Amino acid sequence: MDRIVIGKPVLAGSAEGVALVSKEPLSLWGGLSAQTGEIIDRRHERSGAVVTGKVFVFPQGRGSSTASAILLESVKAGTAPAAIINLKVDPILALGAIVADELYHKIVPIIVVSKEDFDAIQEGDYLEIAPDGTIKICAQQRG
Amino acid sequence: MSVMLSEKDRRMLKGEYGKAAKLAMSILVRMAEVYGAEEMMDVTLAHIDGVGLLSEAGLEFAETLATLGGRVSIPTTLNMVPLDVQQWEKWRIPEDYARKALRQIKAYINMGCIPTCTCAPYQGYLTPRFGQQIAWAESNAIVFANSVLGARTNRYGDYIDICAAITGRVPQYGLHLKPNRKGQLLLRLVDIEPAVMMNDAFYPLLGYFLGRVAGDKIPVIEGLPAQATDDQLKALGAAAASSGAVALFHAVGVTPEANTLEEAFQNDTPEQVISVHSADLAAAQTELSTAEAGAQLDAVVLGCPHFSFAEFQQLAWIIQAQEGQSVHPGVRFIVLTNQLTYSLLQRSDLIDLLTGFGVQIVLDTCVFHCPILSLEVKVVMTNSGKHAYYAPGELGVQVAFGSMADCVRSAIEGNVCRRETPWTGL
Repeated sequence: MDRIVIGKPVLAGSAEGVALVSKEPLSLWGGLSAQTGEIIDRRHERSGAVVTGKVFVFPQGRGSSTASAILLESVKAGTAPAAIINLKVDPILALGAIVADELYHKIVPIIVVSKEDFDAIQEGDYLEIAPDGTIKICAQQRG
Repeated sequence: MSVMLSEKDRRMLKGEYGKAAKLAMSILVRMAEVYGAEEMMDVTLAHIDGVGLLSEAGLEFAETLATLGGRVSIPTTLNMVPLDVQQWEKWRIPEDYARKALRQIKAYINMGCIPTCTCAPYQGYLTPRFGQQIAWAESNAIVFANSVLGARTNRYGDYIDICAAITGRVPQYGLHLKPNRKGQLLLRLVDIEPAVMMNDAFYPLLGYFLGRVAGDKIPVIEGLPAQATDDQLKALGAAAASSGAVALFHAVGVTPEANTLEEAFQNDTPEQVISVHSADLAAAQTELSTAEAGAQLDAVVLGCPHFSFAEFQQLAWIIQAQEGQSVHPGVRFIVLTNQLTYSLLQRSDLIDLLTGFGVQIVLDTCVFHCPILSLEVKVVMTNSGKHAYYAPGELGVQVAFGSMADCVRSAIEGNVCRRETPWTGL
């Protein structure tokens, strides 16, 4: 059954896509290839997964202040996720998305949700994000 | 719009100070909303990380601002840049890459930035004062400025840095405000011998552990020696800002906002108390190393963050003790630093000793942001927690973490060897 959760838009916009879920924070610099959209932090639990076109669900960013540059470049290169859902506001990610909007008029919405809603999103669920932060979770058909 | 703007902020936003200031202020105001800041505030120094990574979008952003007439309004230093500005040909950097990199650097210099080209801006030029409100980017510089110097900056990322430099304004939020600088976690060094704390490798290992447990919280370390050097605290902070999002730590009796435990916690109680044992440092070294001992070594990389004069001195003494041995022919020994430190080296007699041993001194840049290492390089050794943390993902190499002395010995032997075990102090 579909479920609706209300998140807080850090950067408002509409997007939809399949959820790529990680429970581990990720620094985009050193963690994501802007050329391919692949998670390249070899210590990360989702190393090897590709974020392009997905709704990337992970707790928060981490580490390097170059993360905003990687997000911006991935928008230019067309490898960016469709949207990002975090547990905590990560200003460096927000910055990358805001500069991408200012420079290329392309929006990667960033939504922050509660722990309960975060845990409700499963890998492979289809998510529809509205500008007010509403997320419709269409659970993946299992079995 | 919820953030309160000054008259000048509003005029910048309207474009009365030019198109670059308008774009910069627009990004800052949107960021103020992200932060939930109620007003904007002045900053009096900026440090630009956005110049370091060469990307199509980053170059476009810098040139757009420069073309729109962007000029910094406060003293602004540059982080390391995407190549060794004077010697890139010597390091065989592709010309197409170099041309773009030089354009990116030029855009920032044209906007009035000082070409310091270093990720250790706190060890050379325009060092921030205690309590000074600044807008610094580069995670290791941020944590050093906040923690060791007591200046106040948030974790600014690429591109907001130049916006702050042009406007002289940032959202009033986070670590700019004293109550938000209060310690949150207490880390007690339990069974770590004083001799261990004299070993340089202790600091990045502790930093790695710190980042892992602290995340983005403010840790307070109890038990660090008061004589810990700036270079040791730099290594600690750089590692903590890699494995975690640490932007500020306090060390009781060492850092300026932590003369006492009470001061560090602003008379509040820690959310959590964590004991740090020798075993945690041993585990940190294991986690930081993906290459096995004995693995054939291709390169040693030191100077992440950029080497100081004192670190060169220390390296020279270790090399002198090797009785004329030099780097194995299969190994490159790279030390990264900046022009300022290099000019001090030129006044010493260390350069001949270092280069005679086989050290290649690379200026202005970083092996992560500049293609200095060839693709044939598979195993790298370093004394930097930050380098060890990022190398496997960024360079696709295996990495071994070890003390500076072990890096030198391994470079001579041509394989990863460890004689020092920092956590036992031997």
